[in-house]
Order: sequence, then structure tokens, then C-alpha cells
Amino acid sequence: MTGLLTGLILTSLAIGAADVGLPDLLQTAEGLELFLISRLPRTLAALLAGASLAVAGVIMQMLARNRFVEPATAGTGECAALGLLAVTILMPAGSIFLKMLVSSGAAFAGTAVFLALVQRLPPTQPLLVPLTGIVFGGVIAAITTFIAYESDLIQYLSVWMNGEFSGVLQGRYELLWASGLVALIAYLYADRFTIAGLGRDAATGLGLNYRQVLVVGLGIVAIITSFTVITVGMLPFVGLVVPNIVSRFHGDNARRTLPLVALLGGSLVLASDVAGRLLRYPYEIPAGTVFGVVGTGVFLWLLFARPSHAR
Amino acid sequence: MPVSRLLLLGLVASLAILAFMTIGARGNWGFILNFRGTKLAALILVAASVALSTLLFQTLTSNRILTPSIMGFDSLYVLLQTGLVFLLGGLGYAAIPPEAKFALEVVLLTGAALLLFGSVLGSGLNDLFRMLLVGVIFGVLFRSLTALLQRLIDPNEFAVVQGAMFASFNRTDTRLLLVSAVLILACCLLAWRKRHVLDVMALGRDHAISLGLNHRRELFAGLALVSVLVATSTALVGPVAFFGLLVSALSYEIIRSSHHGGLLIGSVLIAVIVLVGGQTLFERVLGMGGSLSIVVEFLGGLVFLFLILRRVRA
Repeated sequence: MTGLLTGLILTSLAIGAADVGLPDLLQTAEGLELFLISRLPRTLAALLAGASLAVAGVIMQMLARNRFVEPATAGTGECAALGLLAVTILMPAGSIFLKMLVSSGAAFAGTAVFLALVQRLPPTQPLLVPLTGIVFGGVIAAITTFIAYESDLIQYLSVWMNGEFSGVLQGRYELLWASGLVALIAYLYADRFTIAGLGRDAATGLGLNYRQVLVVGLGIVAIITSFTVITVGMLPFVGLVVPNIVSRFHGDNARRTLPLVALLGGSLVLASDVAGRLLRYPYEIPAGTVFGVVGTGVFLWLLFARPSHAR
Repeated sequence: MPVSRLLLLGLVASLAILAFMTIGARGNWGFILNFRGTKLAALILVAASVALSTLLFQTLTSNRILTPSIMGFDSLYVLLQTGLVFLLGGLGYAAIPPEAKFALEVVLLTGAALLLFGSVLGSGLNDLFRMLLVGVIFGVLFRSLTALLQRLIDPNEFAVVQGAMFASFNRTDTRLLLVSAVLILACCLLAWRKRHVLDVMALGRDHAISLGLNHRRELFAGLALVSVLVATSTALVGPVAFFGLLVSALSYEIIRSSHHGGLLIGSVLIAVIVLVGGQTLFERVLGMGGSLSIVVEFLGGLVFLFLILRRVRA
């Protein structure tokens, strides 16, 4: 696993539109500049985005008590984009901090609405949860598209909704470090999320402040999702595929699985980015598109591999 | 058949058409009638094909939530088209005569749809929500694959082909319009002749078989019809996700009959009212040309959530 990741990182550092190999990168002054401004940030951005999105997926699955929930199947990404659009229109001169704040707030509110909606669904129909979430996201996206269309901002929208790393340069991805930091905080809370995953009554019975854990979890998910949307765009299905694969082999103890989830999430997103760069060199295919194909494939496999009664 | 309701719907539909043709018209009538007439024809054709394909699909699967576009039919059509461009190259693709190309695409779509959905649908459909989720995810997969293929095609080549792939209401290809009109009309006639068979199919697989229907054959014939309709409407305007659901939900609500004679006519009329009336309202009155499809998406999504939640309650 670590060997694979090292290989991926080296590949990612070695390839780019400028035909400069690894040795030249580190030895010449120009190469070093290229390395520090473009190659390294891009690799780090893919790793950070993938790792934190996968962690967000685990937390959402525990809070919603459903394996098929993640920021893209709960309307979180769409809500973050709506918030971002609102700031862009109402306060075009607003600082990046303001944008972060509003977008995270919108993602938080949207996910809270989704969770409230899902609470009313019968626990015997687990597949209804992602279905409701996807359509909920679609409705939010329709509102966003309408506003964007009327104010000529459709292009921004497609940047936010399609994850890709070609625009990543030094100075334009550092928000993702914050998102990685938030994922690290999630690790401190891991045990509480695991208990919250047992359900409200069981968790309260075990002495957990369920409400507080819920708010912290939602906050973490909202921040990670909106920061990713702002910097590189939405990467759907990362939070769904990675936790499901990890839980098949290592169970559901978040304290133990979270590092693995983060590692696998980062590797898979980096792999998609590398594949996107190599498939049609020197042109690029967005990592979100590559992962969309892989992610939906795995999702379908999960749906068919698991009978509906055993979950 | 609820004749009075159908007559009322027909009246509203004619009013919508009249409003579309006349509001804000200035200058040479000959030009206006010709120009708007082409647009109107495209709108009506799309309305008819979406309404029919949704109604047929819901009857074949005997439920009122699934629609072809929710199951990813139209995304599959776009994927097939992109796949053809990818395989044949832009020039090769453009060199095939449009009619032959269209026929080929429809055949491919029917085959793929039968392969993907036929077996699952034919087995009795016991887990609706799983079907729905699988369909939605298939849709996302098809769209991602399309995006991937489009990136793999040479950008210059793709730009040449893109014009041929998507016509819009504002720039309709008259030749394509004619082909579509013939196809959709033929489908309408076929569906009309089958209306009593459809009544039986709507009862569900087991009932239909015990009433002496060759369920498998009717299902395949019906799915083929749906594929043709979806391909036609997608070729005309591109994917329309929740429009069909909106129309069919309105039809069941307004017609209040399970006889397909009334339902078929009613749903087409309602689709015409929503599409032509909506386009008139948005384009002429509110001055927002392209946003009708987005609003329809929004309303359709809400209808979908409402239907699901209601079904859960029941």
C-alpha cells in the first residue's frame, strides 16, 4: 500500500506538460522552481483532497447510519456551490475567508436538512437514503443553475462541480491543508463517531452527547466539502467508494480505519489524476471524470454484490 | 374515457400554442409563422415523445415512479453517439447519412437497453428502490463515460461533431425534424393500437400472464418503442431528466383513469401545455430564454421526492 503510494507520488511528480524528468527537476534552478510551484502542489492537492473527502464520507455514513451516503449523494457539494454562488453575486469583492464561511455554512445547513429528511425514512429501506439525497442534490443544483444562468455565471459553476487539478499552483491550493487538518481533528473524534454510528438511542445510552457529536461531524463534513469545491471542484463518489472498500476488509472501528481510509482516498484520487494526465498526454482529463467512471462502477458493484436484506 | 377533461386539456393546449405563435409578434407574418412554426413543431414532437415514452415505461414496469430518463436511457443514447464518434472518427461519423446514422443509433440503444434493463425488468421487479438507485447510478456512469470519451476525442474533431449531436429549439434541423415527426407519429399509432394490451400490462407481470398475455414479448416490444421515442427526443433537444415524471404524475392526477386510451392522449396534451406554455411564459413574458428546462428539472425533482415519500408512508 505505502509502496504503491510512493510510486504514484513519484509518477505524479515526474509527469507534466513541460517535459522535465525527475532528476532535472531537482538539479537545475528552473526545474526546482517548476517542482515547487506546480508539480509538488498538484500532487499534494490530490492527496489532501482525496484523503479528506474519504474521511468526510466515513463520518457521513456513520451519522446517517447508511453505507451509501457521501457528500455527493446528500446534496452537500451542491449546497456548498449554491453558497459560493450567492457570495459571488452578492459580495463579489468579498475575501476568500468570507467565501469559505458562507459556502461551509450552506453545506452545513443543506446536509442538516438532508439528515432531517432521512430521519423520516423507514430504516427497512436503506437504498432510499442515497436516492433521496441524489434527487435533493439535483433540486439544489437546479436552483443554482437557474441563478447562475440568469447572472451569466454558468462557467464558474462547472469549475466548482467538476473536480480537476490542472489549475493547482503554489498559492492556490493551500485551503486544502485546512481541510486535511479538519480531517485530522476527525481522527481525534473517531471513537465518538463509531458510537454515534450505533444510533441515537444506543449512543445516548452509552453516555455520548449525541447532539454535540452530530454538530461536530456535520461541521467537519461541511468544511471539507466546501473547501474542496472552492479549490479543485467536487470529486463525487470518493467518500462512498473508499470507506466501503476499507470496511469490507477492516470493519467499522473508525479509530482503526480512518488512517487507512485517508491513505486509500488520497492514493485513489492521485491515481485518477495521474491517469487523467497520462491517458491523452499532453492533454488532460479531469480527475473527477476519471474517478466518476471508476466510482460509479464500484458503486454498482456494491449494489449488486450485497443483497438488500443483509446490511 | 374522461371526454370533458380531455376536451378541456385540448382547449388549454390550443391556447398555449396560439399564445406561442402570436405574443410579441411584429412584422412579416409569413416569416413569423414559418420561423415559430418550426420551433413549435420541435416542441410538440419532444412533448409527445417524452410523454409517451414515460407513460409506456411506467406501464411496462407497472409502477409510477420509474421513468426512462431516471433509468439513464437518454444518457445511454448520448454515450452511444459519443462512442460512435470515438470509434469512427469525426469525419467518418459525419460521412454517414443522417437517416442511416439515426437508425443505427436507435438499434444500438434498443439493444443496449434490453441488455441492461430487460432482464432485470422482466424478472418481476420486486425491489423498486434498488432498481431506481441502480438506474440513477447507471445514468451517472453513462454521463461520466461520455465526458471521458469526449475528452479523448480530438477537440477540433469534437467541435465539428458537437453541432451534429445536439440540436436546440432555436436551431432545429428541418430534415431531422421530418424524420422525427414520422417516427413519433408511427410510435403514437402503435401505442394507440396497443392501448388495451397496455391496460393489462399495467396490472403487473403475474396478472398480465394469467390473463393470457405474452408478457415477455410485449415487454420487449414496448421497451423497443420507448427506446425509439427516447432516441428521437434526445436527438432533438438533448436529455430532459425529470420532465417525463412531471408530465406523467400530472396525467395520473388529472385524468384519474387507468385506461390507456385517455391516458395516452391526456399525457401528450399535458406535455404540450407544460412545454409550449412554459416556453411562451419564459421566453416572451419573463424574457428568460433558456431557463424553462431548469425550472422543469426543479419541479420534477420535487415531484419525485414527494412521490417517494408518499409511497413510503403508504
